[in-house]
Amino acid sequence: MSTDAILIENVSKHYDSIVAVEDVSLSVASGEVFGLIGHNGAGKSTLFKMMLGLVAPSSGHIRLHGTAVSGDQFREVRRRIAYLPENVVFYDNLTGLETLYFFADLKGAPRRECKPLLEKVGLTGAAKRKVGGYSKGMRQRLGFAQALLGKPDILFLDEPTTGLDPEAIRSFYQLLHELKEQGVTAMLSSHSLAEIQERVDRLALMKLGRIQAVGTVSSLRRQLGLPIHFVVGLQGEGESALRRLLDGYKEARLEVNGSTASVFCSIDQKLSLLSGLTSLHGVIDDIQVKEPSLEDVFLGYVDA
Amino acid sequence: MSIELKQIVTVAQKEFWERIRNRWVLAVSIIFAAFALIIAYFGTAQQGAVGFSSIDMTIASLVSLAIYLIPLIALILGYDAIVGEREHGSLDLLLSLPITRLELLLGKFVGLSAALSFPVIAGFGVAGIFLSYSISIPQLLDYFAFLLSSIVMGLTFLSMSILVSTISRSKVIASGAAIALWFVYVLVYDLLLMGLLVAAGSRIGSNVFPLLLLLNPADIYRVANILSMENVKVLYGLATAFPATLASPWVLYGMMLFWIIAPLGIAYLRFKKQ
Repeated sequence: MSTDAILIENVSKHYDSIVAVEDVSLSVASGEVFGLIGHNGAGKSTLFKMMLGLVAPSSGHIRLHGTAVSGDQFREVRRRIAYLPENVVFYDNLTGLETLYFFADLKGAPRRECKPLLEKVGLTGAAKRKVGGYSKGMRQRLGFAQALLGKPDILFLDEPTTGLDPEAIRSFYQLLHELKEQGVTAMLSSHSLAEIQERVDRLALMKLGRIQAVGTVSSLRRQLGLPIHFVVGLQGEGESALRRLLDGYKEARLEVNGSTASVFCSIDQKLSLLSGLTSLHGVIDDIQVKEPSLEDVFLGYVDA
Repeated sequence: MSIELKQIVTVAQKEFWERIRNRWVLAVSIIFAAFALIIAYFGTAQQGAVGFSSIDMTIASLVSLAIYLIPLIALILGYDAIVGEREHGSLDLLLSLPITRLELLLGKFVGLSAALSFPVIAGFGVAGIFLSYSISIPQLLDYFAFLLSSIVMGLTFLSMSILVSTISRSKVIASGAAIALWFVYVLVYDLLLMGLLVAAGSRIGSNVFPLLLLLNPADIYRVANILSMENVKVLYGLATAFPATLASPWVLYGMMLFWIIAPLGIAYLRFKKQ
């Protein structure tokens, strides 16, 4: 497919005088796993609803594989997308299998897909039990199975790992990875930045309805210019040797605290400064490199 | 946008199946059957006899029971149809599927209609079977007409409750509004009308009064069932003020149909904008 899986052009959504989403443009390629991050009320959910065609944008356009979500071909488009809302509660009196049958029927997917999907998310044993008795994690896994009905091209997953234990989170991302290999595009939001960091291709940070930054984790670090932090263990003449070395790096900053020193430098100086530090071997006994985490990146943007 | 019947049927089946599963249908059927049998057997005790005797009196008694019970059950069934899904987060999921809002609303209505009609048919039907031993074919047809009108009246209240469910912001508000509807239409409306009639004296013509009755589906139901029975009519002061021209089944059922379509239609228009 040559077109972008998701294309958002200058989309805004205003509720009376309240701005929920303001001039957002994004494109997500086929087979990309894309993360949307922001505090509650940042506009993530509204953007999700607009991508799904549940809410019409006040202005701008959204296309999924080149087609408008809410146009004449909405049934076609919707057969190829999947949605897992945050904290969805299904029908207490239906069994897990009946729930999947219901959604399969609505989606026009064959019912024979349901049992293998329950197996995939580890709910085979509970297939004939009423959903009312499911734990939060089981409901979430049922929701994920529902999202995979009809072999969708694009997955919209709102906080998909809420309520899952670490093992289930791991197998969720493993499954997502398998789907990505098959060319499935995924748009997901998460509160847990540490969790999402290694698992998405690109990220967008949202604040007050606007996209603050878009890119890979390392490009976001670069864009924000967060410093690399070296923690150096000093011996004997270590401090003066370190000061001499840093004379060559005008922008580097040094803080000494007893026998440990903190050196902050920009990401461009990282490798050269690291080799300089290594050459001080003898007067320093330890070097730790602390990269800014996505958490720092996120907080840097949100609180800036 | 086209309508796909299959989507309506899928939603309707799910709604009905849920009510079978939680034994709702069974429980209401038993309630109806018990009341109907008791009324059919003892309903004529005032006239000094027990047993399945007068079909007219039996129907009249059943009508006064159904007029309280059926609206209540219809409102309980429908009040959370949309707002319940919204609170559970499943409404957004449903709407992200290849189904239109109209199909979803109609599917809900059809499924809940089945969950309402089944107990009415089963419960009153059991009483009908007992009655059929002692009554003639035309009387059985009267009973059948009563059954049909009970269902149609139930659907008017179901339609109103779905409207309530669509426009309410929370389940709590919806349940309050549903109870208020029941209170107004079933308990208060006739009293107010009577009071109005007395207070206004001759200033309100007798031609306005029947029209006001047509604004309440519960009253239409009562009129439809009682006007056809000569010996019962005299017992009901309210309905006797009804002119023969308006008493045609076409007018009465037409008005009930209006009370089914109008609330659903408004619900759809509101739902579309949400």
